[in-house]
Amino acid sequence: MIEILYFAWLREKIGLPRERVETGAATVADLVQELALRDDAYALAFADLTSLRVALDQELADFDAPLAGVREVAFFPPMTGG
Amino acid sequence: MTAPLIRVEAAAFDQGAELNRFASAAGAAGAVVSFSGLVRDEGGILEALEIEHYPAMTALAIQAIAEEAARRWSLTATLVIHRFGRLVPGEAIMMVATAARHRREAFEAAEFLMDYLKSRAPFWKKAFTAGGAEWVAAKASDEEALGRWG
Repeated sequence: MIEILYFAWLREKIGLPRERVETGAATVADLVQELALRDDAYALAFADLTSLRVALDQELADFDAPLAGVREVAFFPPMTGG
Repeated sequence: MTAPLIRVEAAAFDQGAELNRFASAAGAAGAVVSFSGLVRDEGGILEALEIEHYPAMTALAIQAIAEEAARRWSLTATLVIHRFGRLVPGEAIMMVATAARHRREAFEAAEFLMDYLKSRAPFWKKAFTAGGAEWVAAKASDEEALGRWG
């Protein structure tokens, strides 16, 4: 089981802030592909990966990063702090 | 260097009091630089800014940025305060303060902290105007600003 978190407009497009998912995805990109196949809302949210960032267990990562051992995956738009 | 002071909170803070406390604790350093980021009124149209963050990651990410600053410059103290929640124009969103023996180090480290907080700390801003609400997009220039730090 993996905990998936969504923030900002991604959270709004998908319609929930977090969910637990049973997945065999090997990488972040594989997980994205699985999610995008669910329905139009997910497909739309993940349509353009260049506009998204991902963190694995609270650390920024790349979309080709492996998911083995990861407990929490967070997807979000580019950050706007400061 | 003392451990960076990092606070992520919803409540408003008193910039003057924070700076005074920081400066007196940083004591003998010699140079203190601070920066405050306030909510812009966008020519009078902005009603509020809502700041969302990733609670489990925010302090960790800021800590990593502050530690990197401490590796690059000899700082005697660092402070980062960043708010989340709903803020109105003129309110302070965040402040950073750095203390060092010489001003150049304090200035550069403060700029480095700001550049990284902008695009590497997990905050997102939503702007509310009479016309509706819109997520603030990250600027290409913010990402480019990181390039100068190598």
